[in-house]
Amino acid sequence: MNGAVEIPALAAILTAFLLIVGAAITLVGALGLIRLRNFYQRVHAPTLGTTLGTACVSLGSMIYFWALGSRPVLHEVLILLFVTFTTPITLTILVRAAAFRDRTERDDLQAGSSAREG
Amino acid sequence: MSTLLVWSISTAQILLGLAMACSIFRVIRGPRAQDRVVGFDSLYVNAMLLLVAFGIRTGTTLYFEAALMIALLGFVSTVALAKFLLRGEVIE
Repeated sequence: MNGAVEIPALAAILTAFLLIVGAAITLVGALGLIRLRNFYQRVHAPTLGTTLGTACVSLGSMIYFWALGSRPVLHEVLILLFVTFTTPITLTILVRAAAFRDRTERDDLQAGSSAREG
Repeated sequence: MSTLLVWSISTAQILLGLAMACSIFRVIRGPRAQDRVVGFDSLYVNAMLLLVAFGIRTGTTLYFEAALMIALLGFVSTVALAKFLLRGEVIE
């Protein structure tokens, strides 16, 4: 921890606020992952952490390092862009796979019951 | 580094650790495979945010590169798992 370097008070307050808000939003999303009942409801919960949580935390990091002036803030921009672009893709593919699995299971059940009847 | 910043980073790390614990609960407990994959997806995003918080605390670039790598590899692995779920059922 670098105790020698001080940043302006406004930047410190903004960084602290954004960090805590982002972490709390991520925790709310993870709690929704526990509490919601259905898979199709549960898939909505972690998007809260991946979009707003990542945005808040990396924005706080950008403000901190911009005020510190020690390095260019390129990593946070890349993380933010990448996570924002990839989360909808992954979750869409995942929900499509889950819907496909549910449909095939239902078809198998119906085929099994009709075979038992016939 | 000011006291406010140290306390806020510690609080954010505790909150993110709790979020990771919730995701691990869903990975272990999830009734079906897709629940486990969603828990895993949430787990790696939370780990990435925790690494960003560590990077602010230490002020080194290394943690941010590690966070970028986690974001890249996590996306690829989640897509691969979803494709496996889709194709495994096709073969079955």
